[in-house]
Order: sequence, then structure tokens, then C-alpha cells
Amino acid sequence: MGMAHRALKPILFLACLWPALRLAVGAAQLSGLLGALPAVPLGADPIAVLLHGAGRWALNLLLITLAMTPLRDLTGWPIWLRLRRMVGLFAFFYAALHLAVYLFLDQGGDFAALWRDVVKRPYITIGMAALLMLVPLALTSTDRAQRRLRRRWTRLHALVYPVAVLGVWHFWWQVKKDIREPALYALGLAVLLGYRLWKRRAALSAARSPAIRAACQAGIRSYPSRCMDP
Amino acid sequence: MRSTRKGRNTDTILPSEITPYEKYLSRRALLAGGLGAAALQALGAWATPARGQGAAALAFTRNAALSVEDPPNSYQDITTYNNYYEFGTAKSDPAERARDFQARPWSVAVGGEAEVTGRFTLEDIIEPHPLEERVYRFRCVEAWSMVIPWVGFPLGDLLKRFKPTSRAKYVAFKTLYDPKRMPGQTYRILDWPYVEGLRMDEAMHPLTLLAVGLYGKTLPNQNGAPLRLVTPWKYGFKSIKAIVAIDFVEKMPRTTWALSASDEYGFFANVNPEVDHPRWSQASERRIGAGLFGARRPTLPFNGYANQVASLYAGMDLRRNF
Repeated sequence: MGMAHRALKPILFLACLWPALRLAVGAAQLSGLLGALPAVPLGADPIAVLLHGAGRWALNLLLITLAMTPLRDLTGWPIWLRLRRMVGLFAFFYAALHLAVYLFLDQGGDFAALWRDVVKRPYITIGMAALLMLVPLALTSTDRAQRRLRRRWTRLHALVYPVAVLGVWHFWWQVKKDIREPALYALGLAVLLGYRLWKRRAALSAARSPAIRAACQAGIRSYPSRCMDP
Repeated sequence: MRSTRKGRNTDTILPSEITPYEKYLSRRALLAGGLGAAALQALGAWATPARGQGAAALAFTRNAALSVEDPPNSYQDITTYNNYYEFGTAKSDPAERARDFQARPWSVAVGGEAEVTGRFTLEDIIEPHPLEERVYRFRCVEAWSMVIPWVGFPLGDLLKRFKPTSRAKYVAFKTLYDPKRMPGQTYRILDWPYVEGLRMDEAMHPLTLLAVGLYGKTLPNQNGAPLRLVTPWKYGFKSIKAIVAIDFVEKMPRTTWALSASDEYGFFANVNPEVDHPRWSQASERRIGAGLFGARRPTLPFNGYANQVASLYAGMDLRRNF
């Protein structure tokens, strides 16, 4: 890893943290703090700005994690996959922040109200399900967990697909009328998931071709992605 | 001063420029205490920042009996955060995109089951009526709320001038349809033009206001200039803006949001904490301007106006007639 590569992670870390920092400064300024910093106006409805800001960034980062594999395939650079974990953890961070803003600011810390919402409001049910599914992914994001779980780790982390679907659905479902923005997220997600389906089909049909099957059986691993599990 | 402010992003308004209601009232009291009407106009225009471009001071009396005690939202909050899909679906769109809207000259077409019908200029509509200020609660169907000092006159006083016949059971209103002036209408998110309606007894109720002003001045474009309805016990979408047509009709009008999603938005749309929106609760609301903590408060039946209006709906199943 060169100097440029080593600098990538801290830069990415700051970039991922930036929206949260902005929101935090805005919230602090509403409470009369951090007045010396440049103003971050949160508008007439600051709770909505915090709530939607955190939610939107959770989705943005979730889709970015899903873009890492296609980017690796397209560019051939392995660096994308090395950045994926941090982006995924930030997606979890923003999703948790989204819930915290909802529970503690919007609902005034009323846990019973939150539970009623989870039970009664389908869009909140699926949002909460998505967040809970991210918890085991965050907990098993370490190198050690990855080594210990081996193949099960890959299977567990496939949870990110239903999480992304539920997350976009959660966004779509709570919009009053103008679905253009959630539709854009759905389109992005469809492209990212569609790419995987396409790749899988291409790999399966390739695996059926005698030459590649022979190569795989012979242990020639120059095209590892084409030597699929049955 | 105004020219430098014109075109400036709303994000850059300084807290010192926001007029809280107490300050607005004390300025008015100061003026009433001695200065002449001309000074009132001059200072009135100075007192509130140039948000609503060209907003002019209005002469009115304060109707304390029909005003609530809750502290009103700032002029800044009221004029930068609202729904007005004719200018876009974001809460900030109306303030940004209605800036150059020309609300004058204006006329209103009056038709249907009434003896007096025809086209009336804005002046014809407004001038016979003494204006009053009423501080009303405003509850959006999206579960946020504000408190707003409107200036206007009772809708019933206007409607009586048209001598509605016995066949007039409802009154229907239409918003201007002009996509060149209202850019949000280029996208068919709703079935334009926006239509709203009231049952005749609701329309004649003394709380029902035809608003022409806000904070003592003419309505800013983004809040429905030059003429809008205010029915404080109903969800905000009933309070139709930029009215160009009033029709007296026999049948319940097909109103825009009810047409758009009939299971989510009804004709009556009375504020009711017991009847949830299919997707979210209406039991409580977030008061805009109340800060980050403790902004949520319980929603009151008929938005707190039950004493005045509940009798209109005696015997009706409010769950069905939501």
C-alpha cells in the first residue's frame, strides 16, 4: 500500500463523518453552543432535518457499500473492497443516529410510543427490521470475526441485500406523495442488485462451458470468480 | 436595504432579523401609542424583513376573542416552511420559487347556486370587509403544527354578498392554474388545479377566515397570496391558497387530496387525534419553533376548537367521515 492508499482511509473516514458533524454543529447552535463556528442553519423544523439527514445518509452509504464490488470488477482495483467495511459501519452509524433522533427528539424519549409505531406502522416496522439486521453485520465486521466465521461470514453478510431493500422501501413508504426521490434510490438499488444477478448468471453459464469447468477442476484459479460453488 | 436582501438565500437570514411575535406586537403598540398612520406604514415595512417581497402594511383590528394564547411562530418560520405544491414539494420550495409570483392584479370568478355571480376583482372582494387579526393554531396532516397571526375577514360575510340559493349545499374553491407562474404545476403530482371545498355551514362558521395577510401585512406569495382560506379546526390542506374561483354547488365537491388518495385524505379532514392517517399517527404533533427537545405535544380534537365547531358534526361518524 502506497502513501496515497494509506491516506485514503482517514480521508474517507472524515468524508463519512462530515454530514454527522454538520448536523451536530447545527443542533448545538440551536442550543446556543458553538456559535463561533460557521452557522449551520437547520431551518424551521430542525428535528425533521436531523431525522431525514441521518436516514438519507444511512441509505446513501448502504448503496455505496453495494457499489464497491461492481467498482472493483469494473476498475480491477482491489482498493474498493478494503474501503467497504468503513462505509458499511458508517451506514450502521447513521441508521442508529436516525433511530436515536426519532426516539429521543421527535418522540421525546417515549419508548412505548416507539414500540406502538413498530407494531402498528408498517413503514416503521420494516425500517426497524433493517436496522436490527445491520447489528450482527456491524458486530461481525472485524477481521477476527471474518476469520472465525469463514464461509458463514459471507452468508451472514448477504443480509445487506434485504437491509438495503427494506431501507429504500421504508423511505418510499413514508413519503406523502412525491415519490421521485425514493424512486431514484430504488433505481440505484435495482442497478446494483441487477448487476449481481447478471454476474451470477454469466458465471453459471460460463461454469457450464467445458473449457472453464476443466480449468476449475484442474485447479487453475486465474478466473476465481468463475469457479462457482455448485 | 431591500435590494441587497433580494435574492438572498433564506439560509443566510440572521437570527436578529427574525421577528418574534412579542416584538411585532410591541412595535404595533408603540405605533398605536402616538405615531400616525404614515409612520405606521413606514415602520411596519421596516419592522419585518423583506421575506414577502412587497408586503404592505394592512389596517386591521385584533380579534382577541377568537385568538389563541399560544405564542405564535416567527414570521421567518411561517414564511419559509410550508406545503404549497404549486411551487414544489419541498417545504422550502414555496419561499424560494414564489418570489417573483405576481399576485396583483387578481380576480375571482363566483358561480353556481347564487343570485350574484360573475368575476370580481380582488378589491371588490376585500374592500367592503373590515380586516381583523386572529391568531390561529395550524395543524398539518403531516403531524406538525404552527401558530399563525392571520389577517382577514370571515368567509361567511363574503359569501352572503353573493346570496347563495337554497340549492347551495357546498362551496368549492379553486387555486390558480398557470404552470408558467406556478412551476410546481408542470409536474402532475396532483390533479391541477387544486380544488377544496366546505359544507355550507362550515363555510359560514365564524371561525372560517378568508386571509389576506400575515403578521399585519399582505400575504407573502409563498403563503397563498393574495387570498386564501383558513379553517383552523381542519388539516392544513383544506386551507386552499391563491383562490381564483368560488362555486356554490349542490353536491360535495371532489377535492384534490381526497381524489389523490381517498383512503388517506377525506373531504372533512377535521383534526382528530383518534383517527390516524393510515401510515402515521395523528395523536400528537411537532410544534415548529419549539426547539429540539419537547417539541411534541398531544393533538387536540378539532385542533382545540371543539367548543366552537364540534356541534357542526353532531351525529356524524367521524371515523368514516374523516
